[in-house]
Amino acid sequence: MADGSNGSSPIVVVRDVHKSFGDVHALAGVSLEIERGTVLGLLGPNGAGKTTLVRVLTTLLDPDEGSATVAGYDVRRERTRVRPLIGLAGQSAAVDDTLTGRENLEMVANLYHMGRATAAARAGELLARFDLVEAAERQARTYSGGMRRRLDLAASLVADPEVLFLDEPTTGLDPQARLELWAVIRELVATGTTVLLTTQYLEEADQLADEIVVIDHGRIIAQGTASELKARSGGEHLTVRVSDLAALEEVRQVLEAEGDGPPTVDDATGTVSVAVSNGPARLAGVVRRLDEAEVSIADIGLRQPTLDEVFLSLTGHRAESEPADAPTGAG
Amino acid sequence: MVVSMDALRAEARHAPGDILQLWKRNMLAYRRQPELMVFSTIQPVMFVLLFAFVFGGAIPTGPVEYIDFLLPGILAQSVLFGSTQTGVGLAVDVTSGMIDRYRTLPMARSAVVAGRILADTTRNVFVVGLMLGVGFLIGFRYHGTVAGAIAMPFVAVLFGQTFCWISAAIGTSVRRAETAQVASFVWLFPLVFVSSVFVPVETMPDWLEVVAENSPVTQTVNAMRGLALGTDFWEPLVKALAWMAGIMAVFVPLAVWRYRSIQ
Repeated sequence: MADGSNGSSPIVVVRDVHKSFGDVHALAGVSLEIERGTVLGLLGPNGAGKTTLVRVLTTLLDPDEGSATVAGYDVRRERTRVRPLIGLAGQSAAVDDTLTGRENLEMVANLYHMGRATAAARAGELLARFDLVEAAERQARTYSGGMRRRLDLAASLVADPEVLFLDEPTTGLDPQARLELWAVIRELVATGTTVLLTTQYLEEADQLADEIVVIDHGRIIAQGTASELKARSGGEHLTVRVSDLAALEEVRQVLEAEGDGPPTVDDATGTVSVAVSNGPARLAGVVRRLDEAEVSIADIGLRQPTLDEVFLSLTGHRAESEPADAPTGAG
Repeated sequence: MVVSMDALRAEARHAPGDILQLWKRNMLAYRRQPELMVFSTIQPVMFVLLFAFVFGGAIPTGPVEYIDFLLPGILAQSVLFGSTQTGVGLAVDVTSGMIDRYRTLPMARSAVVAGRILADTTRNVFVVGLMLGVGFLIGFRYHGTVAGAIAMPFVAVLFGQTFCWISAAIGTSVRRAETAQVASFVWLFPLVFVSSVFVPVETMPDWLEVVAENSPVTQTVNAMRGLALGTDFWEPLVKALAWMAGIMAVFVPLAVWRYRSIQ
């Protein structure tokens, strides 16, 4: 594919992009780069500016200030060059309810000017790949939420895009459908597609992204790999799960002595955890003391903090309401 | 909004095919949504029957049979009401996110609006044909030339197509389908009724007659009547075509601009 950049430079470059809607600064100076073949997770709560950035990068919205390029092409001045190279799925895009799954994909293929035979073949291929063959001749309005998202994703892949934008791809899906969609996205990534994924689910960014950018109120507040971000929120946690709930208090005392702060006790799961520095040495110490006290334990281990804890330490407020909430509006 | 030569060339190359794609999509949607078919067919037929049999006896139309007077008018009324579907359909596409999908594709920018209007015009051809058929069954007859008989429904379809562009400008400006519907009928109703669609304008109060006489609807309906009845049609036809050209000159660019500034 001939494009305006060489192979080793970032495929998406965003430089100081600003976008306001009235008094609301949806993007207040965002800069980022995405390397070819990687997944960038854009993580933030509702209204953080995620969708606005996706809309700028997919040529749907002009930035007020700053610039952005995809494969070397400016998203404002060279949108006809950008569009054949990108795919968009998620809350910003849609499938046509009155068309069947196959018709939806054929229409998109035709609008990429593929030629009738190629379009039909491509539609068939994608229906098979996204497990929609049986539903192919049914109107999309009869599809379940998970099927719609798969069809939406398939539509965004019709032209084999170099950069795929997934705008909250699993928002509103049940856990099973979410896991299925994650598997599909992982397969895509394995074939080398560059992906920008927005999500308000911390676990989702952790699961899918190579690099995570945390965005809040239109600004980037942190950036790094999942483990780098986790390290920024105070190291490891040592967690012990007891096999007998009666031993919970004894374990708590041990962890209080060995840990760096007050332990947290979860009665429901029978676990006690505490933040530790120099985790492995402390782990050995805790095991020894529990052994001496003859406490029987079901599990013991060191774990990294969750991204939710990271967000809390970065912003001072929680990242999201419960994932069960179906988010609406621009993110 | 930056327009490059690149973009214009791509537009010209892809427009016909892309418009056809969107036409096909909209035609499939019509076929699969029974409520739209009902709106498109049963309602106009009902209007013909109700006006012909309920009002027909009460409205004096001189030597001309009321059904012969009525049918050209009611054809114009039906294509006008039908044109509201352009705006409703576009508003639905904006709300559902379909427009966003289209706008990220390397397709001609004009195709979404033009494909929609082509589909609505196709439906109007069908509706006009159906109403002519029903009209013939209840006594409508042509009294003019063969050319006039052919031209009359053609003028109706052209008139409907013109108003589809107004509707498109509305549909791409509002956020909801219901709003598009209301925003269209609020001016369409007076426009249709303050005209020669159902009654001769001479029966109206003087001030209203002036308004009605110069309405694009009256001029178009009078041209259609002239063509169907074999009476004078050139003057109203020229005025009607001038109205249509004027409306298109304003609303085609407006609709395209509104479509492109959807964010």
